[in-house]
Amino acid sequence: MSTSHRDNGIEVEGLVREFKKGPRAVDGIDFAVAPGEIYGFLGPNGAGKSTTVLMLTTLLPPTAGTARVAGHDIVAGAAEVRASIGVALQDAALDPLLTGSEHMRLQTALQGVPKADRKRRGMELIERVGLADAADRKVGGYSGGMKRRLDLALALVHGPRLLFLDEPTTGLDPSSRSDLWDEVARLAREDGTTVFLTTQYLEEADVLADRVGIIDAGRIVAEGTPEALKAQIGRPALEIVPADIAQRDAAAEVLARFGEAAPAPPNAAAVRLTGGNDALAEVVRSLDAEGVRIADFQLHAPSLDDVFLAKTGKKLGGEDETGEHAAVAETPPAGPAGEREPVGSGSPR
Amino acid sequence: MNTVPSLPAQVAQIARRSLLRTLRQPAQIVPPVIFPLFLLAINASGLDAATMIPGFPSDSYVDFAMAFAFMQGAIFSMMNSGTDLARDVESGFLKRLAMTPMRRTALLVGQLAGVLAVTLLSGVVYLVVGLIAGVTVETGVAGVVVLFVLFGLIGLAFASLGAFVGLRSGSAEAVQGFFPLFFVALFLSSASLPRELIEQDWFRTVATYNPVSYLVEGIRSLFIFDWDGQALAVAFAIAAAVTCVGLAGAVRALRTQVVR
Repeated sequence: MSTSHRDNGIEVEGLVREFKKGPRAVDGIDFAVAPGEIYGFLGPNGAGKSTTVLMLTTLLPPTAGTARVAGHDIVAGAAEVRASIGVALQDAALDPLLTGSEHMRLQTALQGVPKADRKRRGMELIERVGLADAADRKVGGYSGGMKRRLDLALALVHGPRLLFLDEPTTGLDPSSRSDLWDEVARLAREDGTTVFLTTQYLEEADVLADRVGIIDAGRIVAEGTPEALKAQIGRPALEIVPADIAQRDAAAEVLARFGEAAPAPPNAAAVRLTGGNDALAEVVRSLDAEGVRIADFQLHAPSLDDVFLAKTGKKLGGEDETGEHAAVAETPPAGPAGEREPVGSGSPR
Repeated sequence: MNTVPSLPAQVAQIARRSLLRTLRQPAQIVPPVIFPLFLLAINASGLDAATMIPGFPSDSYVDFAMAFAFMQGAIFSMMNSGTDLARDVESGFLKRLAMTPMRRTALLVGQLAGVLAVTLLSGVVYLVVGLIAGVTVETGVAGVVVLFVLFGLIGLAFASLGAFVGLRSGSAEAVQGFFPLFFVALFLSSASLPRELIEQDWFRTVATYNPVSYLVEGIRSLFIFDWDGQALAVAFAIAAAVTCVGLAGAVRALRTQVVR
């Protein structure tokens, strides 16, 4: 384990947090975040994401286990950890009676930015997050997105090498969300800041994170790059909508030759292709041979949604595995990357 | 290169914020200034006849009642410090501050300093209005200085009790719930009449055991008597003791709020 103070990664071993009269909120988790990486910590409400963040940011002592953040132990070196990290917690904790610039002034002073640099540093960050016009307005009148952006700017005043963002976009409209994603991506790519980001949005993790850890009921159930996790699920799902609904069963029979059935809307049939995309041409030929006319078809690449479902047996919104449309509603609209796999009607089991 | 700011610099930042917050909330300034003066006016006109009671220590009830106004101002400082800190707990702002290298003492001292500045300012208003209304300070200019030192300490005592309740409960409503209790304590003290002139036995007993009586009497002695060393010493001692209790409780509560 590295002890260098230049290290700006995270190493977590067997971290546990128990609350009185409650279950283990965090139940022995291990993971590592490399310097400069964006790590997405994904899980439903109550999974243990925020408790993990509070422990890693020294605001909550762990019940057991150890963690090193930026090379310092979170218990023995709490002050050093705090000096190395920037934190934006779930509810942007701002003073509604102070203006944006007054927040910057307080934060720069308390973080020990030299007096001569405070104003410049504050204005730079305010401009960077696009709040220059609102800097002298009281925060009580800010929108949710503006508060989150100010919160991010405040987390950056001391030039932290490591940034913790706890559900930074929850409750934001699509455009604010996309602005924040851009900024976080820029911090990691241009400044080399390590970012630990919790989210309940699959798409957010997919768009932003280099690697993803999926936490459920206090335990990490899967970890890897979004691509690797999706590859574990592997096979794409093909959904066919026959032109004549009477041919639905015939279509389903043909599809069954190419893999296990996947959930589909009533007017369609779907299959998880055992042979991957290569089987596609053969499926079309077979359908043609059986006289099934196709009105529409969609190929669904595996998504983090599928990974989550496969690993936890649950949809990421706290719903049980039903295989129906639920997951779509839980993911936010497309972000800056603009690319989404079609997460259509059936989330495969 | 960032360096951890000095403790006084940290205190100054927090005190500045506390002052800004207070100045932007008229509800935190107007009542502490207006209500005590309002009650003073009512008492001065309604209870002036009390000065005719044999043994009443002053021939002007306004002089006698000035201490009542100052005590109310001190009680308002409990409300202001408690509410502000409770709001910081509720909003999570306390966590933000805890993430900086700031020391916990700086948060508490800064917050109390900000509240105290408003309290002292309201004291200046009481005194100026009192002087205009003909109040005399028997101990003179030196007495005014001692008055403000004592008033500051009493304000600090109540403000630290407020900080304790605010941090312990983390609820502004809880602080507001406690507030009337202190007013009851003030009314059950020797604020309206000297203890020896209270006729009801139970009231006199309660007022005798009520520490608030001695705070009132300390302040009052500066207005209506020449120097009364004993009254002042008792008042300073009680205010200091309450401050210690309040601060100890507040520091403890702050520790549990910041690291749960």
